[in-house]
Amino acid sequence: MKFGVIVFPGANCDHDCYHVIKHVFKQDVEFVWHKEERLAKYDCLVLPGGFSYGDYLRPGAIVKFSPIMKEVKRFAKSGGLVLGICNGFQVLLETDLLPGAMMTNSSLKFICSDVYLKLESDETPFTNQGRVGGVYKMPIAHFDGNYFADEATLQGLEDNRQIIFRYCSEDGDITDDANPNGALWNISAICNIERNVLGMMPHPERCCESILGNEDGRLIFDSIIKSILR
Amino acid sequence: MIKEPLITQEMIESHGLTEDEYNNIKQILGREPNYTELGIFSVMWSEHCSYKSSKIYLKKLPTKGKHIIQGPGENAGIVDIGDGLAIVFKMESHNHPSYIEPYQGAATGVGGILRDIFTMGARPLASLNSLRFGSFDHPRTRYLLNGVVAGIAGYGNCIGVPTIGGEAYFNKSYNGNILVNVFTLGVVKKNRIFKGVAYGPGNPVIYVGSKTGRDGIHGATMASEQFDESSQERRPTVQVGDPFTEKLLLEACLELMKEDYIVGIQDMGAAGLTCSSSEMASRSGTGIEIDLSKVPRREEGMTPYELMLSESQERMLIVAKEGFEKKVEEIFKKWDLDVSVIGRVTDDKMIRVREAGKIVVDIPAEALTEEAPIYTRPKERPQYLLKTQNFSIHNIPEPVDFNDILIKLLKSPNIASKHWIYRQYDHMVRTNTVLLPGSDAAIIRVKGTNKGIALTVDSNSRYCYLDPYKGGMASVVEASRNLVCSGAKPLAITDCLNFGNPEKPEIMWQFDQAVSGISEACKKLNTPVIGGNVSFYNETQGEAIYPTPTIAMAGIVYDINLRQTQWFKDNGDLVVLLGKSYEELGGSEYLATIHGIEEGIPPDINMDMEIAVQDTCLEAIQNGLIKSAHDCSEGGIAVALAESCFSGPKFNRGVKISIKEEKIRGDCLLFGESQSRIIVSLDKDKLDDLKKIAKKNNSPFSVIGEVGTDRLVIEGLIDCDIESLKQEWRGALEERL
Repeated sequence: MKFGVIVFPGANCDHDCYHVIKHVFKQDVEFVWHKEERLAKYDCLVLPGGFSYGDYLRPGAIVKFSPIMKEVKRFAKSGGLVLGICNGFQVLLETDLLPGAMMTNSSLKFICSDVYLKLESDETPFTNQGRVGGVYKMPIAHFDGNYFADEATLQGLEDNRQIIFRYCSEDGDITDDANPNGALWNISAICNIERNVLGMMPHPERCCESILGNEDGRLIFDSIIKSILR
Repeated sequence: MIKEPLITQEMIESHGLTEDEYNNIKQILGREPNYTELGIFSVMWSEHCSYKSSKIYLKKLPTKGKHIIQGPGENAGIVDIGDGLAIVFKMESHNHPSYIEPYQGAATGVGGILRDIFTMGARPLASLNSLRFGSFDHPRTRYLLNGVVAGIAGYGNCIGVPTIGGEAYFNKSYNGNILVNVFTLGVVKKNRIFKGVAYGPGNPVIYVGSKTGRDGIHGATMASEQFDESSQERRPTVQVGDPFTEKLLLEACLELMKEDYIVGIQDMGAAGLTCSSSEMASRSGTGIEIDLSKVPRREEGMTPYELMLSESQERMLIVAKEGFEKKVEEIFKKWDLDVSVIGRVTDDKMIRVREAGKIVVDIPAEALTEEAPIYTRPKERPQYLLKTQNFSIHNIPEPVDFNDILIKLLKSPNIASKHWIYRQYDHMVRTNTVLLPGSDAAIIRVKGTNKGIALTVDSNSRYCYLDPYKGGMASVVEASRNLVCSGAKPLAITDCLNFGNPEKPEIMWQFDQAVSGISEACKKLNTPVIGGNVSFYNETQGEAIYPTPTIAMAGIVYDINLRQTQWFKDNGDLVVLLGKSYEELGGSEYLATIHGIEEGIPPDINMDMEIAVQDTCLEAIQNGLIKSAHDCSEGGIAVALAESCFSGPKFNRGVKISIKEEKIRGDCLLFGESQSRIIVSLDKDKLDDLKKIAKKNNSPFSVIGEVGTDRLVIEGLIDCDIESLKQEWRGALEERL
């Protein structure tokens, strides 16, 4: 089993993802430079968080012209697993691998904080080890996580069970108070219709080790590993 | 070729050079300087770059120790932490630019300090900041606070170095001159440390990073002047930051430093190309020749003067080994950065700059660094001390309702929760932050080892105003106490010494006193000063800030599993006070907030007692005896207890305390800020073990209460519901914004 972590210029969670996959989950992992035009054989690609191209113009907007993105698209279309975290999620939106767009947080401020997430679907390779309705605590750290899509798209996501996590209270209630950034329908993670591409604003790689005080992020990596082994 | 203006008396003055200094320049050169040279001397001899007023005092500071690899004089200091690793850290001020343009001023402060760390080969792993703003009544305070915090967040978050702690204080003395002190720490392999040197005549001098533009020209000179009505006109001297480019530069430099291609490297910060080239040459006893036509530029028509003095950000100067130019180029090109061989190292100790074949600068490197002027300026004890030291607590009535006072103190912006600030900083990226902001110190783990690094930044400027010697000392011992409470052994400090105009004897006296106090405390605690900076001229229209020596201290947690936090854990645990309370109110937050008085004599510091208390606490943590430790600082024992009750991430814990003493007034007992006090909590059956350690170390020791219920009860004085205290404390800062 092999993971690839794409290194865009300005990505800053690439090392964190690599560390978790390699040292916590003991899996084979490589960095993939964004100028590469050929992709080696991977089971799962991670688009890490950070500020690719400084978030200039719009988060994720310039990355779509990186040479590697053609390969990432091809990989996704052929059913490969693609996990986009934070800026990686923004990139997936900009490259149309996922529907919708991100706007600036409603507070107009960067927010770094633990949030609670309600798992809406365990029928993805990224969440198959979870419990639908379960509440998970993970940190967010972003300026633009205010998910937006038109009504029809939202309804489509709902109907196809593509909404994977929603921001919720500690008790699992989906409320405005529990929504840190103004995302429509409290959406914090969605997948594509084929369910092999997941974009999520929270950072699971930051909460997989007991020393960091939280291991809820293991759900994502445990599930990926399980589904690849299957 | 652009024609340079002729030098006039007016021009010399506008460059901040005195007549004596100008004559000195003529003597060094054996001729009149040209316009570019005048600019170079002006900036290198500015207070900011030359330390001309502070140098003789800084010599007092202890800078050596068995564990110190690099003291002051390099881009940053270095401390050995074992396992073949070392920590590299430094703090710098960016006060003046942040007041003029808060977002960019603060952002480029962060960018600068980050470069100081990675230029030594270390990957930056954590940042802190110490911020001081005017009072909330002042119309600019909110704007400045918002801008500075956003600027720090904008730069630090983007580059992916977590901002894991800091402090923010509000006092009217900063109304016209805020302070922004930024700190970064990195970790480096001991055998891969790089320095700012230029050995080996013939070696190529390589420019990497952003192109040079016209921004930030004379930033260092601006930072060496006080403010007046025209300060807003100085906006163009503030640089503009590009954290994205810096991130590329960081990764490219670290990639380069895995190889053996280079001799030395230094960032271009204050005074840009001028400062980096002259310092590198001067440290190495060599010279450097630069051909300006090779310098990458952002715009056309730039003069030698502008190119040499630009403070455009995200640039580095490298001296490579001859023959490795192509290898260096390859790495920076991979990261899409500019890279250009702009000159050579020479053996004649001159900084020589050519433009279109013509020599435009020809100055001995050491004249700009070692031979910069040094002043022994007059000192005089300030008159205001006669009044402030005359204060007596007997002139203020003892209040009746202590509950109300506790709430008011918890809501004071200096004590209230700072989560509104640190929520805007990514404090988790790099997944090393094992103790998040909100306890006495922040801790990062060192991956690949079982160790942690604890960090804190402290300064009590009100104490410094009322007694700069004690204030300097108090800032150091409080930093040390904070580290010890988290389970760390303090290792070393870096400081930012923020003061008013050194040409005033009262300011120079404050400076001398504060440095002496810092020196005394650092010697006793064996925490040498491994670097830092001095920021003078923090004045607006003649009004100086409170003297503010900011201390950032790093310590080591030998076993990361034995780190400690400040909040109470379990009902039934005993609460113990290490140390002793005295009737001391001078300079307290209580006097300032409740009575509007900033007078009195700050609390005494007995270093023997301080060490006894700290040693006891650290030993107890290292032996796994205690479950929480929190030092008493602003707001005294009452505020410290409240914080231990409600600052835990999961739940509140109440406490019942009995500290009644006949001889001490209630307000002094609760809110006095006697030094050398730590509140710990522990399991009942560990009490005897703790007693033994306290006795061995000669630390005063008293059981003062027990954890339990949901109220903070201090017998006969205070009885409050914890959750409501917490809400007041948590919401207070946001309420004012």
